[in-house]
Amino acid sequence: MSEYVLQVKDVDIQYFTDAGIVKAANEVSFNLRPGERLGLVGESGSGKSTMALGILRMIKPPGRITAGQILLNGDLDITKIDEDAMRELRGSQISMIPQGAMNSLNPVMKVKEQLIDTMKDHDLHLTKKQMEARAREALENVELDPKVGDLYPHELSGGMKQRVCIAIGIVLHPKVIIADEPTSALDVITQRQVMETIAHIQEQMGSAVILIGHDMGLMAQFVNHMAVMYAGRLMELGTVKDIFTNPLHPYTQLLISSLPMLDNRGDFQGIPGITPSLLELPPGCVFNTRCPQAMEVCTQRIPILEKHGAGERWVACYLYEH
Amino acid sequence: MSRFSLFWRYIRRNWTLGAGLGILVFLFLFTVIGLFFVDSKVDPYPLAAPAGVPPTLAYCPPVEPDCEDPKAYPFGTDGQGRNMLAVAVTGTWMTLQIGLLAGLIGIAAGSFLGFTSAFYGGLYDAVVRWMVDVLLTIPGLLILVVIASSIGGRSITVTGMALIIALISWRGPARVIRAQVLSMRERPYVLMARLNGMSGLDIVFRELLPNLLPYLGAALVGAVTAAIFASMGLAALGLGPLREPTLGVTIYWVINQSAFLRGLWWWGAVPITVVALVFIMLFMISIGLDELANPRVRRSE
Amino acid sequence: MRAYSWNFVLKRFGLLVLIVWTAVTINFIIPKLTPRNPLREKLMEQASRSGYIEQGFDEMVAAYEAKFGLDQPLWIQYVRYLGDIMRLDLGVSIANFPKTVMELVGAALPWTIGLLTTATLIAFTLGTILGALMAWPKSSNFVKYILPSFLILGAIPAYLIALILIYFVAFQWKLLPLGGGFGISTIPNLSLPFMLEVMKHSLLPALAIVLTSMGGWVIGMRGMMVTVQGEDYMTFGEAKGLTDNRLFFRYGMRNAILPQVTGLALAFSFLVSGSVLVELIFQYPGVGTLLARAISQLDYFMIYGIVLIIVVCIAIAMFIMDMIYPLLDPRIGSGGGG
Repeated sequence: MSEYVLQVKDVDIQYFTDAGIVKAANEVSFNLRPGERLGLVGESGSGKSTMALGILRMIKPPGRITAGQILLNGDLDITKIDEDAMRELRGSQISMIPQGAMNSLNPVMKVKEQLIDTMKDHDLHLTKKQMEARAREALENVELDPKVGDLYPHELSGGMKQRVCIAIGIVLHPKVIIADEPTSALDVITQRQVMETIAHIQEQMGSAVILIGHDMGLMAQFVNHMAVMYAGRLMELGTVKDIFTNPLHPYTQLLISSLPMLDNRGDFQGIPGITPSLLELPPGCVFNTRCPQAMEVCTQRIPILEKHGAGERWVACYLYEH
Repeated sequence: MSRFSLFWRYIRRNWTLGAGLGILVFLFLFTVIGLFFVDSKVDPYPLAAPAGVPPTLAYCPPVEPDCEDPKAYPFGTDGQGRNMLAVAVTGTWMTLQIGLLAGLIGIAAGSFLGFTSAFYGGLYDAVVRWMVDVLLTIPGLLILVVIASSIGGRSITVTGMALIIALISWRGPARVIRAQVLSMRERPYVLMARLNGMSGLDIVFRELLPNLLPYLGAALVGAVTAAIFASMGLAALGLGPLREPTLGVTIYWVINQSAFLRGLWWWGAVPITVVALVFIMLFMISIGLDELANPRVRRSE
Repeated sequence: MRAYSWNFVLKRFGLLVLIVWTAVTINFIIPKLTPRNPLREKLMEQASRSGYIEQGFDEMVAAYEAKFGLDQPLWIQYVRYLGDIMRLDLGVSIANFPKTVMELVGAALPWTIGLLTTATLIAFTLGTILGALMAWPKSSNFVKYILPSFLILGAIPAYLIALILIYFVAFQWKLLPLGGGFGISTIPNLSLPFMLEVMKHSLLPALAIVLTSMGGWVIGMRGMMVTVQGEDYMTFGEAKGLTDNRLFFRYGMRNAILPQVTGLALAFSFLVSGSVLVELIFQYPGVGTLLARAISQLDYFMIYGIVLIIVVCIAIAMFIMDMIYPLLDPRIGSGGGG
């Protein structure tokens, strides 16, 4: 039994468009242990949502996973299996909690039917009564009244819809849950409730969670480890504590210093410059055009993600190269 | 790049629009050139020819060897001795006339109604909305049947028919334009214009109209199509200008005189082919215009 | 079973009443606008043609005068007219005296309804399925690229297709009958052979209607499927590991079909116009042929009566569709208005 439930190794995801090849993800690697919480952080266009779709193998043409492996439980490379096998895995081993729950539920089906249909399509050999019981259980787990199961999506509030999506994401007890900005569309109070629900469930079931987002403050309260992405590449990886107290990569440093915090009043700086187009990435390190500590070598070769120090720390920057 | 070559490049991509316009050009040329070979006052009308045209050439099919002069009737003649080519040429022209006249009046009246009712709202809008919604569910053809049979019975002229059809051709454009203006009225750029102090009339002409043009274009094609359909329908029922050689009336005679059952297939084939071409042309133009107006449907160059 | 809100049902019923009332009023006003006395004219025409006066001439004229009460104020005439309509008295057919309009239409209406409903259902179903398949990325190339060329047929009016069909299928190849609802020597009854004969005779007219109306449904459905496939619930559905079949039918088609059904209701008036002419071509014993004959005989009562009944049928059909729609879309019908 591998110690990792998910291993992403040097994955490349590219979109072959009329205008050129969009390199949405480049040599992305990270590992996930059972029960671990990983936060994938980055701006819009950094490739984090692409990674989410990639792990679920839902990248649609003209995009594909062009290189790398994604290992489930240490032995199954899901980039190589056929579509039917992948379909079985979705929802049951790896599941997703979507971003805008506003429209993520089928408007013409009752809530409980949307919980039950994923059970039906996964060969569970349950009777109708058992499936309904399980659906009720899932709703209770997300702190919803089981009677919600008889309602239609348009009769629910935003927070309730998001919880239903969470319920659907966990009803088959998956090993990995990918939550793609699950709270972006919600108000702060509901955000907190939803995050607490996810945390509670995750502890109960022992699943690993990959939380994707751009709100570092929210991340910090929830995840154990954090991965910082920029323009399709992984810049830094480490425990939350390490990253916040001692950010290594200049990009991470700038990100953290731009966060408004109670004991940090004063002028705020954004990061000067704009994200490069994924069609035409700058040579060398993708961040070199905006990096305040850029060196000559940064414009020439791409830095590799390397371990730093004794603990669980990786960074891709020439400042730390051995 | 010259405007013409830009136009040409676009047509190569939007080939439906190109095909539609191509058919239009073809029909136009067919009519115009045809008018040189045909005496439009005489040839399509039976028994109105001078004594020189032998009435015995009735039922003369296009390639029958014992016709006296096969070259004189390339499309054959019908049961009353008319030159089918002449019918095709003048008929096309008349049918397009009706379509355009009724369509243009319909667009003008319909857009005016739709626009003003959406813009000014209130009781006026409620009345217009009722009129349009209710009148649109009643088939236009039936309304026309009631009107036409009460008015003319059998003595309608070509222009008369166009005017009658115009009485209902405003319904579609009114609804479309009204819906569009309603949605545009609340759009941010209109509110911005108002805040900037633009006068009502200015807003109408500078902000709203340019954005309405694609819908007006589509509505025009739709109105012309509906008008031609209505004119053919009326004629087929016997309410058309029975003395004129419009395509619809020709088909009426084909049905009435059981042309197909007598084996006189060319009598029906000529108007049917032309009408089919006209409708296909209108259909392709409308799809082409749709692609032009809807940038989301356009593929990147 | 979801409860329908009163508000919703009343609003729809109100529309139904409004449509019928408008049609009735138009039917009343238009003849009044013309300065003619159609009955007298018609009879004069007949008399001059055949050289003798129709039997019952005086009775007919008297009935006409009394009905339209030309000597009475307009509003009284209107009220009496409304009263007659409510009692389903649409007058007498001039050409087929003493048969009433209701009688003749009543005999023809079932044929038309039968033909139209069958043809429309087939066209709608086939068109919708085809349109959905055309938009599904996993369909074969034949469906996606070759079939659409046949949709051009939809641009041509149904009765022209009918003429072409009659010529080739019925006349040249003698595969199907030329027209009518049943054979000339057959007496209508409810036996199986008769039913088969009716079906044989209805095949061509139905085919004409199906071929021309299908195109619209295909294009509409394809557009809707493309839109639906971009929706979040499709992505989430795939992410939860649903089978392709379930995604296509329960998530895709089930949602895309809603605007199609709305479109069906709106298309009624157009379908009716088309099929009236198709019936005429095939001499099919429905209201279309009845109307054409009435026009050629200038049988005014029949013309107005037929038009009115057709409009009422359309309005009722639309009302039924409005009542069915909430069963498909749970978001409509239980609120106000819908």
